[in-house]
Amino acid sequence: MSITIEQRRQHRLMTIEKSLAKRHRKETRFRRVGLAAVTTGMALVIILFASILARGVPAFWQSTVYTDVYFDPEVIQLDEKPRREDGETQLAFDERYGAWLTQASLINWQSLIDNAMEDALGVDVESRQLRDLRALLASGERFALRDQFIEKPSLLGQTVEVKLLASANVDVWIKGNIDRSLPDARQQLSPQTREWADRLSDEGIIENAFSTSLFLNTDSRSSPASAGLAGAFMGSLFMMMVVILLSVPIGVASAVYLEEFAPQNRLTDLIEININNLAAVPSIVFGLLGASIFIGYFGLPLSAPVVGGLVLTLMTLPTIIITTRASLRSIPPSIRQAALGIGASKVQTVFHHVLPLALPGILTGSILGIAQALGETAPLLLIGMNAFVANVPGTPLEQSTALPVQIYLWQGNELRNFFEARTSAAIIVLLGLMLSLNALAIWLRKKFETRW
Amino acid sequence: MNTSTQPNIPSPMVSVGNGESRTSKAKDKVKMSAENVEVFYGNAQAINGIDLDIYENEVMAFIGPSGCGKSTFLRCLNRMNDTIDICRVEGRITLDNNDIYAPDRDVVLLRAQVGIVFQKPNPFPKSIYENIAYGPRLHGLAKRKAELDDIVESSLRRAGLWDEVKDRLDQPGTGLSGGQQQRLCIARTVAVSPDVILMDEPCSALDPIATAKIEQLIDELSESYTIVMVTHNMQQAARVADRTAFFHMGDLVEVDSTDTIFTNPRDQRTHDYITGRFG
Repeated sequence: MSITIEQRRQHRLMTIEKSLAKRHRKETRFRRVGLAAVTTGMALVIILFASILARGVPAFWQSTVYTDVYFDPEVIQLDEKPRREDGETQLAFDERYGAWLTQASLINWQSLIDNAMEDALGVDVESRQLRDLRALLASGERFALRDQFIEKPSLLGQTVEVKLLASANVDVWIKGNIDRSLPDARQQLSPQTREWADRLSDEGIIENAFSTSLFLNTDSRSSPASAGLAGAFMGSLFMMMVVILLSVPIGVASAVYLEEFAPQNRLTDLIEININNLAAVPSIVFGLLGASIFIGYFGLPLSAPVVGGLVLTLMTLPTIIITTRASLRSIPPSIRQAALGIGASKVQTVFHHVLPLALPGILTGSILGIAQALGETAPLLLIGMNAFVANVPGTPLEQSTALPVQIYLWQGNELRNFFEARTSAAIIVLLGLMLSLNALAIWLRKKFETRW
Repeated sequence: MNTSTQPNIPSPMVSVGNGESRTSKAKDKVKMSAENVEVFYGNAQAINGIDLDIYENEVMAFIGPSGCGKSTFLRCLNRMNDTIDICRVEGRITLDNNDIYAPDRDVVLLRAQVGIVFQKPNPFPKSIYENIAYGPRLHGLAKRKAELDDIVESSLRRAGLWDEVKDRLDQPGTGLSGGQQQRLCIARTVAVSPDVILMDEPCSALDPIATAKIEQLIDELSESYTIVMVTHNMQQAARVADRTAFFHMGDLVEVDSTDTIFTNPRDQRTHDYITGRFG
C-alpha cells in the first residue's frame, strides 16, 4: 500500500517536471517573440528619426553671403526719417511716416546689392549678365536691405558688412544636393552663376550659417531661400489655443457628467456609442463638416485658425471624453464611498476627491489628444488652410496655414532639391513640438500622481 | 426653548456614558427604527420585510451567513444604497421618528447624523490631518483653524490614534498600517459628530491585535454613539454587542440581547448558525 502511494508521488512529480520543461520553453519563446517585436518597433523608430534628422538638420544651416554694401547717397535719395513732433496727432504722423516708407520702397536697393556683389567678385558685369549675378542671391534680399536701412538711417554713406541669403539654387549647388555632372541644360543655374558661387564659397564670402529665416520668416514663393515657418507656427499655435480652450473644458465636463451624474438609460447608451463611433471617424470627414457648417453656414472666414481650431476640437473631443471617462472609472469606488459616507454631496465627492485623483489621467489624455490635433493635416486642407499665406497671422481670424500643412505644401514644391531638406526641417520642428507636449504630459502625470 | 428650565425634567437617558456595565444601560429610547423594509436589486429581492428597533447608545451587531442581506440592510440606514442605480428600498426607516427616505429628507444631513465605517480601510489619499478635517470643513463645523485643530485632535484621541500620529499629521493617511487606517476612518466619521455610527465588518481586513483595539474603541464609543455593526465573527459580536440580530436569506430571523442569542436562541436556524452547522 505504502509503495503504491510512493510510486504515485514519484509519477506525479515526474509528470510535473515534464510539463515544466515545456512551460519553460513556452516562456522563453514568448519572451523572444516579445523582444523581437520591441526591437523591430524601436528599429523602425530609429530609422525614421535618423532619416528625418539626416535630411532635415542640414537645412537649419543655409548658404549666406557676407558682403560689404555701400549705402550710396546717390541712390538713396530719401528725406530724413520722420519723427513725431510735439502736438502732432498719431494719425498725421502715421500718414507722414507711411509716405516716407513708400518713398523708401521706391529706391533701387537692388542696384546697391548688385554693386556689392560685383565688388565681392571683382568683376564688372554687363547688363546681360545681371541675371546671372542676381541669381546668386535670394530675390527678396533687397527688401531685407531696405528694412535694415529703415531701422537705422545713419547707415547712409557708409560701407557695412551685411548678411544676405544666397538663393535656393545656390544653396543646393554648394551643398551638393544636385548632380554637378549634369549638362548645362539640366542645371538650375547658368554656368557663369555656378562658377561665381564656387568662387565665393572658396573665398569664404558664402558661408553655411544658421538659418534664422527658417523660424522668423513666413512662406515665400518668389524667394524660396527665405521661406520660413513663422506663419505656420503661429497658425498652429492659434489653432491649439482654440482646441485647448474648447475641447478640454467641454470634453472633461461631458465625461464627468456622463460618468458620474448621468442616469443609466437608453439615451446615455446612445450618446456613449456615438462618442465611441465619433472617435473612429476619419479626420477628413471633420474637415468636410467644418467647411459646410463653420464656413458655409456660420460664415466664418476661410483659412482662419479659428475654423481649423473648431474642426480639430470636434476631432479631439471624443479622445478627451473617452480618456477622461477611463481615468474617472479607474478611481477606486472606496474613495467615493468614503466621501459620501461623511456626508459629502455627489458634486463635492466628484470635485474634492474623484477629479483630483483622475487629473493625471485626464491631463495625459488631453495632451495626447491635442498633440494628435497638432499633427492633423487632412481636415485643414478642406477648410482652405493650405492656401499660400505670406503673413504671420496676428489673430485667430486672419488667414493662416499650419505646421503640418506647411510640410505638405513644401513637400509638393517644384523646387524639390531645396524643399526636401526644408520639409524635413519643418518635420523636426513639428516633432520637437510634439515631443515637448508629450514630455509635458508625462511631467504633469508624475506631478499629480497620488498613490493610495 | 430656554435651557434653564431643563434640569427639572427627568431625561430618559440619564444613565448614558457614566461607566455603568453594559447590560444595565437604559435602552428605552428608540434611535432608529425599521418598519417592513424591503430591498430589491432590480427584480431580485434582497431583504424581505424587516422590522427592527435600534436603541440609543446601544451596540447592535448583525450576524448571519454571507449574502443574508445584513450589509444591504446596514447601508439602508444611511442611504448608501442610493448610489446603486438598480437598488430600490421600500418600507419605512426612521431616525428620531423622522422618515429618512422622505422626499424632502436631505441625504447629506442624514449621513452627517449616521456615519459609516467600511470593511476595507479607505482613507483619502491626503494627509492624516486633512482626512479628519474634511468632514467638519464640509459641514462648516469649525469656524476657525484652532477649532478645526481641536476637532482633529479630539477625534483622533477618541479613535485612540492621537499618540501614534500626533507628530506626523501632515503625512499621508495611506501610509499608516491597516489597523491605524481603520481607526483613522473611525476618527474621520467621529469628527462630524454623528448620532449613529454604522460599521460594515470593520475588522475583517485586520489582524487580531488591531481587531482588539477596534473592539475596545467600539466599547468606548458606545458611551456617546449608537453603533450598528455587521460582523462575520461571532466571538466579536459576543464581545462587543449589547444586542445581536441574526439575518438569514433576507429575513431578520431573531433579535435579542447578545447573551440570549448565543445561549438560548429561540429559532432553530439561529441555533444552527451559532453552533457552526452552516455559514
